[in-house]
Amino acid sequence: MVPDAIEREIVIDAPPSVVWGIVTEAQHVAGWFSDEAEVDLRPGGRMLLTWRGHGTYEGRVETVDPPRVFAFRWQTRQGEFSETNSTLVVMTLEAQHAGTRLRVVESGFGTLPWSDATRARYADENAKGWLSELDELRDYVGRAVAASRER
Amino acid sequence: MTARSDEADRLWAALGDPMRIHLLDLLLERGEATASTLAASLPITRQGVAKHLAVLERDGLVTARRSGREVRYAVREEGLDQAGAAMARIAARWDTRLTAIKKLAERAAKAAGGD
Repeated sequence: MVPDAIEREIVIDAPPSVVWGIVTEAQHVAGWFSDEAEVDLRPGGRMLLTWRGHGTYEGRVETVDPPRVFAFRWQTRQGEFSETNSTLVVMTLEAQHAGTRLRVVESGFGTLPWSDATRARYADENAKGWLSELDELRDYVGRAVAASRER
Repeated sequence: MTARSDEADRLWAALGDPMRIHLLDLLLERGEATASTLAASLPITRQGVAKHLAVLERDGLVTARRSGREVRYAVREEGLDQAGAAMARIAARWDTRLTAIKKLAERAAKAAGGD
């Protein structure tokens, strides 16, 4: 089974207003995402994401709804930007106690039109392997976050 | 921080076309088929089908087997597993990025709070 979307989330001990700045400002994007970043923070605005050794990938800002929703598309391969060679990343910030629950959904891997029969067949065969990988990731992140809390 | 992997790029390029997804679906249902029999149930020509199959074969998602005068195609399951593994790696990258965002935001909040 090839899922069409990846969904991950994390709880942060900082209010949405602070998380919003980290998620959207170029200087910070260059810290958590790429090595260098340019972000024209408005719907339709251009993003340039550069990784040393990989080159520059273009993106486009889709939604700017501070401090709740930031969405952008970014290229799956270099070249001219288009909706058919990019995936959509939607980051949602939700206030939780004194902190923020940050959820990210990346979608558009081009695998939507699987028939139900195929999906069921492949779900049976592959779901176990796929889910155990995700469980491992979850454990890993849990440990990483716990470790960063202890510091 | 890393960009996308070349392998994942190739898989997306292969899977990014709805007709190719449809072809994979048909092959999964039928087990094995030729470009001609696939074209019979699609709104595109045999040549069009052959082109898409060539892309899928190049990127390891289908296998081609010559049988007499015809070439029979089938889904290469390892290829699909790799696509699944590529998705798991994307998830792992997001976990890394979210952890980085968390650190940056918590540091910024502390600095703003003055403690």
